[in-house]
Amino acid sequence: MSRRGSQRADEREVRLVNDPKAVRQAQEELLEAVSRHHYPEAAAFAIRLAFEEAVCNALRHGHRDIPEEPIDLKWSVGPGRVTITVEDQGPGFKPGDIPDPTSPERIELPHGRGLMLMRAYMTDVRYNNRGNRVVMIYEKKD
Amino acid sequence: MAQTDARLRVRKEGGITFVEFVDRNILDEANIQQIGEEIASLIDAETSPKLLISFANVDHLSSAALGTLITIHNKMKAKKGQLRLANIDPQIYEVFVITKLNKLFEIHDTMDQAMGSFR
Repeated sequence: MSRRGSQRADEREVRLVNDPKAVRQAQEELLEAVSRHHYPEAAAFAIRLAFEEAVCNALRHGHRDIPEEPIDLKWSVGPGRVTITVEDQGPGFKPGDIPDPTSPERIELPHGRGLMLMRAYMTDVRYNNRGNRVVMIYEKKD
Repeated sequence: MAQTDARLRVRKEGGITFVEFVDRNILDEANIQQIGEEIASLIDAETSPKLLISFANVDHLSSAALGTLITIHNKMKAKKGQLRLANIDPQIYEVFVITKLNKLFEIHDTMDQAMGSFR
């Protein structure tokens, strides 16, 4: 992981297993990099939340039938942008098929809000065609 | 009487059960299921439960935690109980607003306001 100079991006690639400690460690490494690049607290909150949602979606939904398999996590934190890529080995899904969790008939259901929160807090969220890889970008606000 | 749990601090006073989280990271994915089960036990123990959950020590909230809160809400509704949330940090409150759960839960700024709202 590159740490030389504040203008160079910190980057990391890791294969992440479905283990709470491993997930927390990966999250802490990302947030430490965010802190080193002086992102404000609101940004750290947003990035932490989106990371957790994307990783949980990959492990819980993407790897529902292959729980022992790791997911691929890649992140880059630079002076103005954070990019997080999460890829699972599952069959994928269509983001457009996720119903609106704020509708009256779904508001009291306990699931289905992860993608909504990712989109609300990150500048950009994009899935590949298969739906097993998401790239999330956070642009630092002036 | 106050009892300290590894994750929750619970006390009962005036017919109201007060719940506080003892760890700032308590609502992460690893803990949230157990927290939900512990709060469910508190609800089961009462005929007409009145539950006030303080978010004073919470600075992070995921959709899993929201899901657990909704399950708690639904359980309370089934028992015709009363649930209040209080002391929610503005950043955390924004999560409720984005998901429109600020309309589902009765949320108060302070514990005193929440306590005064029980019927």
